[in-house]
Amino acid sequence: MHREELIRQAEERQQFLDGFTHHILVCAGLGCLHNEEIIKTLRQEITAKGLEQHVLVRKVGCMGLCALGPIVLILPEEIYYQTVTPQDAPEIITALGKKPVQRLLLPSTLPFFTKQQKNVLALSGRIDPESMGDYLAAGGYTAVFKAITEMRPPEIIRAVQESGLRGRGGAGYPTGLKWATVAKAMGEVKYLICNADEGDPGAFMDRSILESTPHAVLEGMIIAAYAVGANTGFIYVRAEYPLAVKRLKLAIREAEKNNLLGHAICGSSFDLNIKIRLGAGAFVCGEETALIESVEGRRGIPRPRPPYPAEKGLWGGPTLINNVETYANIPLIIERGPAWFAAQGTEKSKGTKVFALTGKITHTGLIEVPMGMTLREIVFDIGGGIPDDHAFKAIQTGGPSGGCIPAEFLDTPVSYESLSALGSIMGSGGMIVIDDTSNMVDIVKYFIEFCMGESCGKCTPCRVGTAQIHTLLQKFCDHRATHNDLVALETLCDLVKNTSLCGLGQSAPNPVMSTLKYFRQEYLDRITDPIHPRQEGNQ
Amino acid sequence: MTAQILTLTINGIPVSGLAHETILQVARENDIPIPTLCYLEGLSPLGGCRLCMVEIAGSTKLQPACVTRIQEGMEVTTENERLLNYRRKIVELLFSERNHICAVCVSNGHCELQDLARELGIDHIDFPCRYPALPVDASHSRFVLDHNRCILCTRCVRVCGEIEGAHTWDVKNRGIHSLIVSDYDTPWGDSETCTGCGKCVHVCPTGALSEKGKSVSEMLKKRPALPYLVANRTMERR
Repeated sequence: MHREELIRQAEERQQFLDGFTHHILVCAGLGCLHNEEIIKTLRQEITAKGLEQHVLVRKVGCMGLCALGPIVLILPEEIYYQTVTPQDAPEIITALGKKPVQRLLLPSTLPFFTKQQKNVLALSGRIDPESMGDYLAAGGYTAVFKAITEMRPPEIIRAVQESGLRGRGGAGYPTGLKWATVAKAMGEVKYLICNADEGDPGAFMDRSILESTPHAVLEGMIIAAYAVGANTGFIYVRAEYPLAVKRLKLAIREAEKNNLLGHAICGSSFDLNIKIRLGAGAFVCGEETALIESVEGRRGIPRPRPPYPAEKGLWGGPTLINNVETYANIPLIIERGPAWFAAQGTEKSKGTKVFALTGKITHTGLIEVPMGMTLREIVFDIGGGIPDDHAFKAIQTGGPSGGCIPAEFLDTPVSYESLSALGSIMGSGGMIVIDDTSNMVDIVKYFIEFCMGESCGKCTPCRVGTAQIHTLLQKFCDHRATHNDLVALETLCDLVKNTSLCGLGQSAPNPVMSTLKYFRQEYLDRITDPIHPRQEGNQ
Repeated sequence: MTAQILTLTINGIPVSGLAHETILQVARENDIPIPTLCYLEGLSPLGGCRLCMVEIAGSTKLQPACVTRIQEGMEVTTENERLLNYRRKIVELLFSERNHICAVCVSNGHCELQDLARELGIDHIDFPCRYPALPVDASHSRFVLDHNRCILCTRCVRVCGEIEGAHTWDVKNRGIHSLIVSDYDTPWGDSETCTGCGKCVHVCPTGALSEKGKSVSEMLKKRPALPYLVANRTMERR
């Protein structure tokens, strides 16, 4: 596709959309139930009223507020309706252009909407994920044209470096540096991988991005491949995400049809083919070297690093691995410039971050906020606080291997550094809110059980260590623990953290260590033997 | 192509090695002991047992000596209180994982796990033993696989795949439930790929793999043959 063709297609679609006086957008994410029936009844109702020429019903990606889904958005008035059922369709259609349906109204002045800053999610919930025209009309794929026709690869890498973007998958490694390493690495064949193996319990950022704006991820990947010189790309996505896989496949096919993928992209000499690889649901395959093993068709077990994938990755070739959200940020950086991106966030953590808010919180859902926003703002303003008048107890960030942060640190600004200073991690962006009805030891036991079950078994400390930690925690849960068990628990956590092979084992003790630090009393309450003065001194 | 020669210090002793050598190779060349279990000369290094973890000056992170390449000016510490403590705990974890009862084991007295425990001065295990109920596969006419003694070092998997070329062995399940299996989890005796060469038995560090009908003193494992086998194969290729 040439630039003129792109502009023509975008304009055509825009003209078509502009022909309608009202747009009804229905969330069609995996979490919004009955959305297909809602769309069907809305369309029936429109046909019955003879409004086909004036009202367009479209399915769109996630609008974020999953707790009150399915959500329906009326444009151009920006009216949000919550928990819509197919039976509400006649009322919604009748109210078009008149007074909104009060019963279903969701005020758009909620802090949930106003306090967010949407970059990656800007188009999520606004465009049809299965229509390339919608993405083009919203300004999509212009960044690819800019990158390929106006910029040389080193300029793109410099732009990404200047933006200060850091990997959104968890570790926060500078993206530009990774790109520069792969670009410089010696190797005839280089590979590009998109890590969409999101496995944290309670996290759905990557799934939502793939379901809502699959083309944005592809666009980021095309720019990345051009910058580092890769001609083959893989998207490693878990098979438990059927909708994301379906929409990705559709997006790849459309992009191939329009010469945005394949041979001589946009009339340049650059080729790129992207293939989907389905993961079988092993958590450890989110670790980059285990993911590479899995793509190669082997058992997903991590390799020792170094050599890092940037040097020797897939089939021994230099490989660039980035997370879904990282790729989704790239088109924006290319289009609006690195300075725009670097102006957001904190000094060391730039830009915005998508989080999945879950647990005991009113507004469960998907949010995007600038780095540096405090946990308090996220939980109480955007999240709407704790339901049923319960008290906030802790927030667990970064998935099963993150730490639990207590109430006294609620004013901590969220950034890679501040979270790791508190003994937790940014991770891929899961946030689980815990209220006073939960006991921390039970929660930690759940997370360790998860890590134990997901350990690949390659290295001793992770394989046996997590199982032993689990046995000890079970003793605490059963009120059978002794002071020696507490000492053993701390010794084991230190061992597993420092001697495990990959990130899974190294971070698996985080929930235990952070709760031993902040909620020690809850462990002590479950110890049955009398305090021995010498043992107490050891702690 | 001439390899680059690098100099470094291990435990304060200045040593030199080729750029592609690992810390473990250089240390062994200079008679500096580093304990290992999954590593075996001639097989691809795994970095799984985590016993060869060493400290490198300038980094708080421990590195496995068997897979870490040497670098110019590197200062390596292979033994101190912290490392010894970690090694003891790892060996204890291995003992607690399955049913390692030395008194009734065919490898008693010539078992790498037992030797290591003795060297590290382990006289008891701090962790509760898990005592899993694991099967013994005695279906093969000449050999026995006893999962109760297995430490999942995967030497058998690697020797079978890399040297014999049969790839009879692999690992099933994950984490604490990992088990060595032959073919697609069929009894060893029914295996269609096993050539009966017995290499797996002789690389096994413990009594998990043994020959049938041999007493404790007879079941000595012949490991030194392996590097020669590898060398011969490399010669043939050339």
